[in-house]
Amino acid sequence: MSQMLWLIPALPLVGAIINGAIGKRLPRAMSAWLAVLMVTASFGVSVLAVLNLVALPEDARVIHETLYQWVGVGSFSANVAFWLDPLSAVMILVVTGVGALIHIYSVGYMAHEEDYARFFAAMNLFAFAMLTLVLADNYLLMYLGWEGVGVCSYLLIGFWFNRDSVAVGTDEKFLSPRSSATKAFVVNRIGDFGFMLGVILMFWTFGSLAFEDVFQGAETMFQVGAPVITIMTLLLFMGATGKSAQVPLYIWLPDAMAGPTPVSALIHAATMVTAGVYMVARSHVLYELAPTTLAVVAVIGTLTAFIAATIALVQNDLKRVLAFSTVSQLGYMFFALGVSAFSAGIFHLMTHAFFKALLFLAAGAVMHAMNEMIDMRRLGGLRKYMPITFATFLVGALALSGFPLFSGFFSKDEILAKGFAHGEVGLWAVSVVTALMTAFYTFRAVILTFGGKPRWKEGEIVTAQDEDEHSGHGARGLHPHEAPPVMWVPLAVLAVLAAFGGFIGLPHVLGTNYFDQFLEPVFQQPHVEISETLEWTLIAISTAAALVGMFIAFRFYRGSSTAPARLTSYYPWLYNLWVNKYWVDQFYDFAVARPGRWLANAFWVDVDGRIINGIADGLGRTFKNVGQSLRSLHAGYMRGYALAMLIGIVVVIAIVVMRP
Amino acid sequence: MSLPILSLLIGLPFVAAVIMALLPRGNPSLLKGWALAAVALEFLLSLYLLFNLDHDTSAMQFVENYAWIPQFGISYTVGVDGLSFWLVLLTTFLMLIAIPASFSEINERLKEYFIYFFILEAAMLGVFMALDVFLFYVFWEFSLIPMALIIGIWGHERRIYAAIKFVLFTMSGSLLMLVAILALYFVTGARTFNLLELQKMVTPASIQPWLFAAFALAFAIKVPMFPLHTWLPDAHVQAPTAGSIILAGVLLKLGAYGFIRYNLTLFPEASREFAPVLIVLAIIGIIYGAMVAAIQKDLKSLVAYSSVSHMGFIILGIFVFSQQAMSGAVLQMVNHGLSTGALFLIVGWLYQRRHSRLIADFGGLQKVIPTLSFFFLLVMFSSMGLPGLNGFIGEFLILLGAWETNPAYTVLAALGVILAAIYLLWAYQRVMHGPVTNDANKKLPDLNRREFILALALAAFIVLLGFFPNIVLDPMQASITELLNQTTVAGLLK
Repeated sequence: MSQMLWLIPALPLVGAIINGAIGKRLPRAMSAWLAVLMVTASFGVSVLAVLNLVALPEDARVIHETLYQWVGVGSFSANVAFWLDPLSAVMILVVTGVGALIHIYSVGYMAHEEDYARFFAAMNLFAFAMLTLVLADNYLLMYLGWEGVGVCSYLLIGFWFNRDSVAVGTDEKFLSPRSSATKAFVVNRIGDFGFMLGVILMFWTFGSLAFEDVFQGAETMFQVGAPVITIMTLLLFMGATGKSAQVPLYIWLPDAMAGPTPVSALIHAATMVTAGVYMVARSHVLYELAPTTLAVVAVIGTLTAFIAATIALVQNDLKRVLAFSTVSQLGYMFFALGVSAFSAGIFHLMTHAFFKALLFLAAGAVMHAMNEMIDMRRLGGLRKYMPITFATFLVGALALSGFPLFSGFFSKDEILAKGFAHGEVGLWAVSVVTALMTAFYTFRAVILTFGGKPRWKEGEIVTAQDEDEHSGHGARGLHPHEAPPVMWVPLAVLAVLAAFGGFIGLPHVLGTNYFDQFLEPVFQQPHVEISETLEWTLIAISTAAALVGMFIAFRFYRGSSTAPARLTSYYPWLYNLWVNKYWVDQFYDFAVARPGRWLANAFWVDVDGRIINGIADGLGRTFKNVGQSLRSLHAGYMRGYALAMLIGIVVVIAIVVMRP
Repeated sequence: MSLPILSLLIGLPFVAAVIMALLPRGNPSLLKGWALAAVALEFLLSLYLLFNLDHDTSAMQFVENYAWIPQFGISYTVGVDGLSFWLVLLTTFLMLIAIPASFSEINERLKEYFIYFFILEAAMLGVFMALDVFLFYVFWEFSLIPMALIIGIWGHERRIYAAIKFVLFTMSGSLLMLVAILALYFVTGARTFNLLELQKMVTPASIQPWLFAAFALAFAIKVPMFPLHTWLPDAHVQAPTAGSIILAGVLLKLGAYGFIRYNLTLFPEASREFAPVLIVLAIIGIIYGAMVAAIQKDLKSLVAYSSVSHMGFIILGIFVFSQQAMSGAVLQMVNHGLSTGALFLIVGWLYQRRHSRLIADFGGLQKVIPTLSFFFLLVMFSSMGLPGLNGFIGEFLILLGAWETNPAYTVLAALGVILAAIYLLWAYQRVMHGPVTNDANKKLPDLNRREFILALALAAFIVLLGFFPNIVLDPMQASITELLNQTTVAGLLK
């Protein structure tokens, strides 16, 4: 079994092909468990591969496997080849591990869907693309995965393509699944435009797109600050802002919540959206040569984290709170990358995958119990009805808030500490405020959903906005219940990971950071020395931020505090700014979409229609008038027309040729 | 003397046409059966090239040479190299798709219909194989008439207007080319029409730009390049499905091929000199075509404008004189033939079911006809250059090669990649997604067996070339290297 890396993406691909081709004819259970089996098998192979990797001496921890030459033209060549090092090892374990859990959960969650096979085919296809992305040994194959996950995201956001809205029991208007899907793909394409240009510039700079050649070339050929590297890394980062939903391209992710909740958990929280983080970390050799780009990454990350957190404060839809939280947490990861704390960024990527997948799946369990209704204003009191879901959601919330000793605490703390140590005190301060907001909106969601008294009635009928197309859920009255084992077991496993996953990366003052050590051969970073006092101080500050945020949430939402309403009326402009998401969608519509449509219309109607066709038709009429006198020869009958033309050509040729 | 494979390939459709003419008119299934058998036989015959082509030489292969009008140096010379034989295969393959695609759509005057298609096939193959400029011109003109007839007789509402427009546009270009061909005969002093002989001659610098322009005009109309493209939407919208498949799949390639085979090799200095002009027009076409495609209300018209955009990539790839870009351009000719052929096939199927091409008349079809929708989805992603499907590597190589000449070309052309996602996804969303609001859409039949086989054949190549583009790229490398050498050496001599 020396060559087995290719199996890791290939197994889910096989699952996707089988389910796509004949899934509809398979028994439902077989279709679903086939998909689960393929991802689980892929996880098994991943574990074996990582064990093989760890068996290698630390400075030689790379398994490189080439399948064939994908494309070769002149000096350009790219292979289908896989590259397993500690960084991709973390990624494949997260993708297949969390992926397998979410697949299992989906068996229960999607049980009432008719298009079962289509769902699982797309999920498996996603696993294939994501694993190709993180295992590729070159940027072109990475791009295949990169675009592939985008397609799967498109397919799954638009899973309920025939419904105008998936919102139930709410007066809020959201984009339809189909429009959300299109929007997601197009916005990502704008980012990919940059990514592709970056890859092209990379080839002309290094003569190769393989990681080995590029990184070696970068280290030997360029000094820190070389302009070409700065441009290249900025272009690549543009792709990351699309895929990982950063300012200014983050607008697609909240709308992506129109997809089924397991999709939100797997693709739009745990894995795909972290592809940009992975890509930048993978390219760390290049980024470290470009301090300007790193500064941009840090600022964009911090800004995104902050902006998304402010929007999350005022959302009523539980999934959208989590979506903006994902945008915000991705911002943290980029902040980490921007201050060269690459392994801290990847650490947060991993813990975030655990706790955010958990939060989404638990939110899905709530939707399952509440006939898809997820407007928090109409929830409440659910802790009694679904204790397991409540307990696991709480674990996820504590991890997200950075409550001490939960996984998110360690990873976020490492980011904040390294950001501070790197000298980015301003960005650090903003990040601390963001952490406070995070704890606030997270516990706002916990309390509104599970705490207090129910704001719904047993047996109440809630209706979907497009009821006639999607009848079934709303027709039944509300009878919330705990999720079935196939759903809560994955929740429990993720809860364990979210609670204890952080202990592999302890801060210096508490123990050993095994995670950093494992990634050391990849990033080879000098150890940043921070004094113990400073480290304790920083831990204290970030803990305080989390606790204060939680405390405010309790004060505001336990019982019947009027504080939220009063704040809203004191600062209506701020509330409007946040609730309208800073009017960014409207701005793009006004500044890009409308002028674009206007211009396209001018091209079509005026340039094509009036000018070009005007000239052509005018010439045509002239010919026709001349032809009037020869009317008997062509009665408008095409065949005669053509024959005459042919004869004409031959005559012309003959005349010209015969005259030497 | 080995097998005269190329003459067989050109001759077989003519024979098929004659036999078709002799078959009884009253038996449509016999006519259809023979038509299918003939194009299938032709396709199988063309596979001979695939298995016998020497990948390591840039020389013309399978060459046949017979005197035709020796007093004027006109000969029947045909041959293919690693570049043009792909276009031959594309032609025979798309004919194999187009003929059965007509079976349920065309019911009137079947005999003539198939005869015109056979003549068209022979003419198109002749254009790709001719190594005598005069012979080339004869085939070139010959390809025009059957297509005009197919549009004019079996087309939709405004078929006569579209057919005449098609003829007028193309004719005005090719007449000037004829003059240039004759001039070539006289001014070079070669007194021959043999392409390979003419390539060795140096056309005087004073006259080269004029001859280049005359050829370029004919080819630019055919491609079509902005601003000479307006015949294309009309021709496509009015043409029957099979006509659109061949028009987009093969006829447009005649123009692109002409640029490579004639402009570059006969007028290398002028090619270099005028390259920026053609590149700028190509890039305008990429963006303009994509933008206009986005606001079309008629699906066929949308696909037609998307062709303007895609063909712009191909012209860009040709005129940046790069191994990667040129390879990408030829690969993209094959890809565009498959993808756009498939798109027209899909629109044709939708039209047959609904008797409409208007996007607004559809909606929610994915629920009603899932298999057709999935095929549409696949082709759509192929057309927007998704990695893993055929369209990506070609587009990428063009953008890659263009960067070496001028990064601005790449940046601007890559905007077309974003726009392609917009016009295709938005169209797909409106046709296939959403609730089924129109009662007429509620009970449409999904793909039947015959349609499914056609879809599967196209889908297979779309995926195959996505993962193994080297199949197409390898055989053409020697020819492209040689081609670029010719233009470079000529540039240095000057």
